[in-house]
Amino acid sequence: MEMTRSSDLAIRARGLRKVFNGKMAVRNLTLDVPRGEVFGFLGPNGAGKSTSVKMLLGLVFPTSGEAEILGRPVGDVKTRSKVGFLPEHFRFYDWLTPAELLKLHGRLHGMSHARLRERVPVLLDLVGLTPHRDKRLRDFSKGMLQRIGLAQALLNEPDLIFLDEPTSGLDPVGRRLVRDIIRAQHDLGATVLLNSHLLGEVEITCNRVAFIKDGEVVETRQLDDDNEEQTIVSIRAAKVTAETARGLSRWSQSVRVEGERLKLSVSSGAVVPEIVHYLVTTGAEVYEVTPQRLSLEERFIEIVGADGGM
Amino acid sequence: MGVWIMAGVTFREAARKKMLWMALAAGGAFLTLFATGLHFQAKDFATHGMSPVLRREISFAMVTMGLYVVDLLAVLMTILTSIDTLSGEIASGTIQAIATKPIPRWQLLLGKWFGFCAMLTAYIAIMVGGVNAVTYSMAGVTARHLARGLSLMWMESIVLLSVTFAFATYFSTLTTGVLTLGLHGLAFLGGWIEQFGALTQTSRAVNVGVIASILMPSEALWRRAAFEMQSPLASAMRISPFSTLSVPSSAMIFYALVYLAIALIVAIRRFSQRDL
Repeated sequence: MEMTRSSDLAIRARGLRKVFNGKMAVRNLTLDVPRGEVFGFLGPNGAGKSTSVKMLLGLVFPTSGEAEILGRPVGDVKTRSKVGFLPEHFRFYDWLTPAELLKLHGRLHGMSHARLRERVPVLLDLVGLTPHRDKRLRDFSKGMLQRIGLAQALLNEPDLIFLDEPTSGLDPVGRRLVRDIIRAQHDLGATVLLNSHLLGEVEITCNRVAFIKDGEVVETRQLDDDNEEQTIVSIRAAKVTAETARGLSRWSQSVRVEGERLKLSVSSGAVVPEIVHYLVTTGAEVYEVTPQRLSLEERFIEIVGADGGM
Repeated sequence: MGVWIMAGVTFREAARKKMLWMALAAGGAFLTLFATGLHFQAKDFATHGMSPVLRREISFAMVTMGLYVVDLLAVLMTILTSIDTLSGEIASGTIQAIATKPIPRWQLLLGKWFGFCAMLTAYIAIMVGGVNAVTYSMAGVTARHLARGLSLMWMESIVLLSVTFAFATYFSTLTTGVLTLGLHGLAFLGGWIEQFGALTQTSRAVNVGVIASILMPSEALWRRAAFEMQSPLASAMRISPFSTLSVPSSAMIFYALVYLAIALIVAIRRFSQRDL
């Protein structure tokens, strides 16, 4: 049973922990990402996002805990041929041309020369670098480097792609390109783990998102299902007794009562009719109900705090 | 397979970044200076009507001097070109996109090591060949036991390369450079103390040199190379400033080989186990 479940997951992490010289970087990362999902990783600076990604890629060794990617333990060399990675601080041998860089990385993936002759021009075209194919990378702008990095991450037609801040340094056209590429990879059935500060990007692109704070996943949230959205419900009602207000705790841990105004945070918009029914049956007179979806940004600030967790 | 891809890219990096060409240009300037000096020396031999035996010994001493400079250049070339390859790529993050490819880390490190070996082999062969070609064309002499001497000089560079790699898996570029040069400096000083100890027959000074060679056997390899390459007369009479008075034994050569292997194994193990 466990084996079957694991094989459906692109990423499975259990209690991953990393301590650098006595300083906790990741406290307890437990995560399941099903195959074929675009998964967002959100959190303030220093929350442990990049360290988590590096542990999943086998670049950083966890202090404790275990993880699997594509059904194999992290660090399995063969599995890496199905994984693509765009690092956050993207550096490459700057004396290479973009085509040479892709060929080098393709060779490291074990791709044949014939396959690379086909694949390299396609990828250069995809990321809009064909006109610059003979320039050295040292003459590239940050945005152009980010584009060639993205091409490098897609070179082996991976089943699982880690993109660590892929849109940093990109102009709006470049960001659009990244979004389109992520969508195309999703359509091809690849799993994408997107680590980004840009909440708008994550909201548009991801199926699901995890909020990470102090090296721990504090909440995961479905983005492609309206009913699963975190919702703030504002209600104007009279004759709400203290007991009735307490009874609302079955739908929300956060209930605020100010005169005739009630404000509660619920995990899904689908529970609103139940709440209204409850209030009416307890004798309250309901005049107004306004469900408001909590934006990702609002939820992010609610979780990490207005100071960004600093 | 990964080893050869990394070896190829490391060698190409040295060529593309002009490291190899600049080193060869500096070597070419040295060879030109050396040839000019030798040319005037040869002219003076003819003017002064010097005896053929003395003329031959001075020419031998010139070969050894030339090779001594080549050895120093090779040591600097080894350390300065390789200190940044691991620690620099780890610090900049360049290694991240490479180390996530389906290649074991030990192959990445060994590939880089082979790449530098190839570059250093080419450099040392060209420079040692150049010195001998110059002295042969102008004075009709070449180093005695050239192949043996060349192998020992090459081994000295490979020992230093392996030590640089081992330090680079622990420390930053600057610290790696300071440590490797410092260790070689220690061996260099120890070598001279040993020579003077042998000259003055002070066994304790000789022991200081031997201990320095145990800590870093690079200089001992040069001294053995110099012994192999100098003329038989110089060996017997100790008349050249580069004559080796206290000759490192074959056991020391074997020890240097073991030292090299251990340094490389430490580098591989540490690189395979560290966070990148």
